[in-house]
Order: sequence, then C-alpha cells, then structure tokens
Amino acid sequence: MTGTFVGMPAFPTAARDALADSQLRGNLARATGTIRAKRAAAVAEVPEWEALRAAGAAIKDDVLLHLEDYLVQLEASLTASGATVHWARDAAEACAIVAAVAKAHDADEVVKVKSMATQEIGLNEALAEAGIAAWETDLAELIVQLGDDLPSHILVPAIHRNRAEVREIFQRAMGTAGRPAPDGLTDEPAELAAAAREHLREKFLRAKVAVSGANFAVADSGTLVVVESEGNGRMCLTLPEVLVSVVGIEKVVPTWADLDVFLQLLPRSSTGERMNPYTSTWTGVTPGDGPQEVHVVLLDNGRTRALADQVGRQALRCIRCSACLNVCPVYSRTGGHAYGSVYPGPIGAILNPLLRGVGVDDQVDSLPYASSLCGACYDVCPVAIDIPSVLVELRSQVVDAHRGGLPGGEAAAMSAASWVFGRARRLAAAERVSGLTGRLATRLARRLPGPASAWTDARDLPTPPRESFRAWWRRTGGGGDA
Amino acid sequence: MSARDEILGRVRRALADADRSSPPVSRDYRVTPPDGADLVALFVERVTDYRATAVVVPDADVSAAVEAALAGRRPIVPDGLPWPVDGLADTGQAAAELDAVDAVVTGAALGIAETGTLVLDHGPGQGRRALSLVPDVHVCIVRADQLVYGVPQAVALLDPARPLTWVSGPSATSDIELDRVEGVHGPRTLHVVVADSFRA
Repeated sequence: MTGTFVGMPAFPTAARDALADSQLRGNLARATGTIRAKRAAAVAEVPEWEALRAAGAAIKDDVLLHLEDYLVQLEASLTASGATVHWARDAAEACAIVAAVAKAHDADEVVKVKSMATQEIGLNEALAEAGIAAWETDLAELIVQLGDDLPSHILVPAIHRNRAEVREIFQRAMGTAGRPAPDGLTDEPAELAAAAREHLREKFLRAKVAVSGANFAVADSGTLVVVESEGNGRMCLTLPEVLVSVVGIEKVVPTWADLDVFLQLLPRSSTGERMNPYTSTWTGVTPGDGPQEVHVVLLDNGRTRALADQVGRQALRCIRCSACLNVCPVYSRTGGHAYGSVYPGPIGAILNPLLRGVGVDDQVDSLPYASSLCGACYDVCPVAIDIPSVLVELRSQVVDAHRGGLPGGEAAAMSAASWVFGRARRLAAAERVSGLTGRLATRLARRLPGPASAWTDARDLPTPPRESFRAWWRRTGGGGDA
Repeated sequence: MSARDEILGRVRRALADADRSSPPVSRDYRVTPPDGADLVALFVERVTDYRATAVVVPDADVSAAVEAALAGRRPIVPDGLPWPVDGLADTGQAAAELDAVDAVVTGAALGIAETGTLVLDHGPGQGRRALSLVPDVHVCIVRADQLVYGVPQAVALLDPARPLTWVSGPSATSDIELDRVEGVHGPRTLHVVVADSFRA
C-alpha cells in the first residue's frame, strides 16, 4: 500500500488481486459475518424499525430538497452559539481552512476524531505538507495510519487486518510516532487496545487543536453530534482549546427532535448495538467546559453535483453506518481497497461517481459495475437508499459518457440478448447452438475469446446444459412421464 | 464570489427542476412505551449487557453503594452532587492532573431504560465534561424517577444548548477482528447506582 487511493486500477483488476489474497478473504469473511448477525439481532428487537427507516428517509429527503434554507439556518444557529462558520467548495479549500486555524495557534500537531469527510479531502496529507502532524486516535484509524495503509471499511477501517498483523504494526511503528509499544505485547485484542490507550494518552493531554467530523448537524439548535465507541472522540471534543469540525453539507437535520430517529437507526445498523458507548453533542462554545474556540467547515466537494442527480440524490441521505458493506456479496469477498476510495462497498459504488462525475476517470466509471444488483444493501439501509436503482442509472450514465466509441463487449452482448429473447423461435435456435457450444466450452477452460473475455475474466462461464429447457419439455412433457 | 454564495448557488441550481413538495414526516415510530414496564429492571438489565455493573438501592444507601463501587479509590466529586461522597473537589484541574485521579462520581440528567444509556448534561452534580472522561473509573448515580423508556422520550427532555454526553457502558472497541474489548480511552470501568426512593 502506498497511503493513497490516487492511481488505483479499475475495480475488476483490483478485485482480482484482492480475491487472490486468502488471508484477506479469511479476515473479511469472519468480520462481516460477525457484524451481520449482530445487526440483524439489534434490528429485530425494534418492532417499529420500518417506521424509523421511513422517517429517516423522509427527514433526509426534506433536508436535501430544502438544503439552502437549512444551511442558512444552521449557519445562523452555529454563529449565535459562538462557533465560527467556514464554507469550503472543495477539498483544497477545506484543508487550507483547517491548516490556517492550526497555524493561528502555532500548533504543529492536531488530534483527530475518526471522520469520513476528513479522509475524503485528504486532510492528513495536506496538514503534513503544512508542517502539521495529524494524529488519528480511533483504534482502527491508528492501525491504518501506523501501517502506512489505506482504510477498507467505513466503520472499521482496519477490518482487513487480523490481530497478528496489528501487533506487528504496533511493535514496528508506535515508537516512530510517540510512545512505543510495551515489551512483550501479545496479539490479544485487549492488550492491543491497552497499548493504543497508552500511546495516545500523552497526545490527548497535550493537544491544543482537535479536528473532527460530525454525524449530524442540527439546523434549529446549532448542535453537532459525534457518535463513537472508544472515548477518543470525547477526548478530542473536550480537552483541546480549539476544535475544528469538517461537516459535509448533507449532514444537516432540521430539528433537535429529529435526532430521536437517527440515534436509534445509526447504532443498531452500524455496530449492531442498542446504543454505541459514547455520543457527544455540543452547541458552539460552553464557557468553562471544553474547547473555547469552535470552528465548523461546511463542505461541498461534489455534494451539490450529487444533489443535481434526480435518481442519485438519495445517496446523500447516507449516515455512513456501513451496513451495506457488511451484507454485500461483492464487498465481503473483495474488501474495501478494490473500490479505490475511502467510500467502499455498495454506497461507495454510487457515492464516488455521484460526487466526482462519470466519464472522467475509468476507475470511478468501473464502480457502478462492482455489484450483482442483489439488493441486500437496499434491505439493510437505515435510510432506505435504493442503491440498486442508482447503480443501474449510473451504469447508463457511464455508457452514455463513453458513447462515440465502439460498443463494448457487454453493450453488444446486451443488445444481442434482447434480439434473441425478443422472439421465441430465435431463442430455441440459440439454445440448440448453446447446447453445442457448451460441450465446446468445457474444453475452453470456461473463458470466452475476444472482446467477451472481459466478461469471463471476472466470472467463470457456467457450462450450458447439453439439453435446453425447451428440448427437455418437448421430450418429457414437463417430467410427467418420470 | 464567496465560497458560501457559490455553494448556496450550486444548491439552488441543483434543485431548480426538483419537485420540492416533500410529504410530512410520519412520527409513527414514537410508540407509547409498554404499559406498566418496569423501567428500573429493564435499565439494569440493559446496562449490565454492556458489562457495566448496576445496583438498585434506597436513597439512604446511595453513599454506601458508591463507596463499595469505589473499592478504596479516592474520587473527584463535582459540586452539587446531592449525595454525600468523600473525595477531591473540582478546582479546575488541568487534564494532566485529572489523569492522576483514579475515579469520578457523578449524577446524571436522565437514563434510557431500553438502551441502558446514561445521559449527562454536565449541570450541577455532573461536572464539566473532562471530569467524567479522564479518570479510569466512573461511578454514576441516577434516580429511578429520572429513567425514561426510550430514545424519543429522552430527546424530548434534553436541552440541546447544554453539552451532552450519552454513556452506554464502559469505553469499548471492536476494531480488531470485531472482537469487543471494554476499555480504550474513556473510563474502562462503569458502575451505575440507581437510587430508588420507593425501595425499602
């Protein structure tokens, strides 16, 4: 790993490498299986779950359709409570704002709460260029940072690492970033967590500036919400003098009362708990308690592009729970790196093209195809994002963006298929040929030649049966003679 | 053009053709809590699920229960705690000084039975946020009449203008192989004392 997603190959290539890594597949199968079962149990406990889902979707849709009003309201409430509001069109602008705040306090380091928005904008790299060290304090983010690795899951960024790998990373790298790992460190998760506690505590106690994201930003009260497990979030949100929160403009919820939906949906969908260990809410500055200088950076970085997409707009409802990753048959085998983005899995397959646009980057254009369209993601989504429909829409946008060249193998195959299926006699004829070629195919090692090889490179070609259904029906009358 | 005006302009253009009539949000999920639910029993069961300890005692026995939970540790005690507990006063200690303190005893704003959650609003008897964060043992006292059934009832009672900390069990992580480990950066041990004035 190189510490950057830039220049990653398109999904099929990256996925093939990931699938060949049996360690990775074992780690992923165990982890996603565990969390799927926990989520299912936590959701089954709530009889009104579908009502909560519907409310979550409806609240977020209302926010998106009236986003300008809610953003102006949020800005006013934040300002009234003593926070300084900044606006950032893109990643560079957001990073520059954070760096300027840190520099204004002569800080050469910041402590960070786990945040997808700051991952997305590459904040750590930008701060490093400005001479400011950004310390990740979430355990999984720490593992990724010390391992010079990339996150592979929204909730558990180091899900691809097992305990032995984590121990090795801690022993090798903790000393270069601060307090070294204790002698005789074993690979027991409790010991590894204790080593992280010792390593990070000195950083929490001395940090002047903290950087966070926010799970929710409440327009009517000006309150930000951070949902977490370890207490690293509380440390960052409480002990430093200065707090900067980078918040995507889609994180707004209209009222404080609306949190009664999301604080039920998020923990049960995300970690499969009735409630996550810690949730912190703060409204600007509280005299004598916590940071006395509070900044909020409202980030666009492609969100308004996604907002303009009538079908894709719903992706902005996402509350980053990662339930869709854990149930996805593609993600749970390839892992997150193959998606080439901090947003992997089904939500990443739609969010990346929506945020960045199609027809520009082959890697991004490959993502809407990283799915079997099975729909498991839609079933578990706590805000009912119809990911399969958005995937299909984005596939058509990708095809449209590439029109002008020759149709690819899949486009040609799809139009040929529609011709064949259009008439019963053509289908019967095709099946006779297929029965013949099927016998041939077993000898061709299940790989199609020429342009169609792109299809079989990612799949084993099933051997067609020797006898078609139609031929079987004609011969047996539907099995009645058996 | 300022970034603000440009972003708001982009939002306007993105929605220029959108149908803005969103249906009202249904609040069907705010169900009435089950009749006659024993909130204390449910709360204790759910708190214990997080591998915290919980005891229910009559009001007069709270100080003794706190002392038992502290097991000899000397706690920091915020101003305004309605139960007598012997310990250090909050004199505005810096974080590094709090790191040398073994335990903290606080009250709470309310408790949520269904999820086993304590909510602190850091008012009198609860202390500033750092107090219940840095020491490794947190003993939290909640009165039985402060318990509500679920999250909707809690959100309706809480004041967003105050900083809030929702605590559900001790600090935990599942970041290594999704194996749950109690105790990372927050207090690694949480003892809950429920003061029930109706209990003999």
